[in-house]
Amino acid sequence: MKAKHQRLTLALIAVAALIGAGMLAAWALRSQASFFYLPAEYAANPPEEGRAVRLGGMVEKGSIKTAADGVTISFVIHDDKARVPVTYRGILPDLFVEGSGAVAEGRRAADGQFVADNILAKHDENYVPREMKGMTNEEARKMIEGAS
Amino acid sequence: MHGFANPARFLRLARWLTPLLLIAGLVVTGLTLAWALTSAPAERLQGDSAKILFVHVPAAWLGMGGWSALAIASLTELVWRHPLAAIAARAIALPGAWFSALCLATGSLWGRPAWGTWWVWDGRLTSMLVLLFLYLAYMALAEAADRDAGNGGGGQSRIPAIFGLVGAINIPIIHYSVLWWNSLHQPPSISVGESAMAPVFLYGLLAAVIGFSLLFGGVVLTRMRAILANAQAEARLRRRAMEQDFDDFGKRDFAEQDNA
Repeated sequence: MKAKHQRLTLALIAVAALIGAGMLAAWALRSQASFFYLPAEYAANPPEEGRAVRLGGMVEKGSIKTAADGVTISFVIHDDKARVPVTYRGILPDLFVEGSGAVAEGRRAADGQFVADNILAKHDENYVPREMKGMTNEEARKMIEGAS
Repeated sequence: MHGFANPARFLRLARWLTPLLLIAGLVVTGLTLAWALTSAPAERLQGDSAKILFVHVPAAWLGMGGWSALAIASLTELVWRHPLAAIAARAIALPGAWFSALCLATGSLWGRPAWGTWWVWDGRLTSMLVLLFLYLAYMALAEAADRDAGNGGGGQSRIPAIFGLVGAINIPIIHYSVLWWNSLHQPPSISVGESAMAPVFLYGLLAAVIGFSLLFGGVVLTRMRAILANAQAEARLRRRAMEQDFDDFGKRDFAEQDNA
């Protein structure tokens, strides 16, 4: 075996070991490194009351309601398995709309509601020009696929 | 591959390729960004702030692609002892760091209106920040190793190359961070054979990526030529200094003989 081949083998073994270690670390972190709870995880395994957590999912269509005081809003974050009611007082980001993703930072209240201190909007991977504004995500997606 | 191991041949190629890449890169990038600012459509939900995409995505691609190239150069240096590989890796580090920083800065500017925050400690954002720190660490390490080698530390150090290879583990972590973990950052809009982007954004983005990549290539070649020229100048200075010492030594010898 030439020195060159020996070095190549060593380097490849080292790279394989590194990738293995990285994957194991990423796998071990898979729940801790998540930025938020999904509604299903939240419902199945609720965090203790008052602990600061993040809850992320889709904002249910037609669920955003503004209270009589004009600054408190309530809505439902859901995924295909569970729904969690959320209340929030404050300013909402531009991308916070019904039927799209959002992350609420806050805590679980005694009645099971989620009280948010901060709302982050989550953008999805779709990029659509403004002319398609009236369409739902599914329609827009179909149109993009048809055009490309 | 060993055809390029010869620095003279590389320099002949780089001499005309460098201005070509830089000019083509400036033209393509300039035209694409001008189009993006003036006539690209506003995005449905994000409005005009989505246009930062035309800088953010190429910057992310070059930040990550830069380290991938640096890792390949490091592997080439370690295995084949290719004389240009170490120089290429050192030349890539600085523009790679700049593009990573640009990616983080544009992402932060976009995040404020779109997400409602400048920064979150999310898997994607954090791993991209780690990439910037890896570039900075690589540059410090390479600088220190080269200074040691210059001060008679004995030959070129392999430590920066080993670091370059080890750091590559961060690249798949950045890419998969949005798929493995719940992340505030959206999953990739473009994957092989499908796009969730309207064609107008997709082709604009493609042009921007090509333009910035050409610029990146031009900058890397410029830096490689600068490093080679620097090494050549230093070697010449060292040789002259040695000749000088030799001359002085000779004169002293004669003077001593005269005294005797």
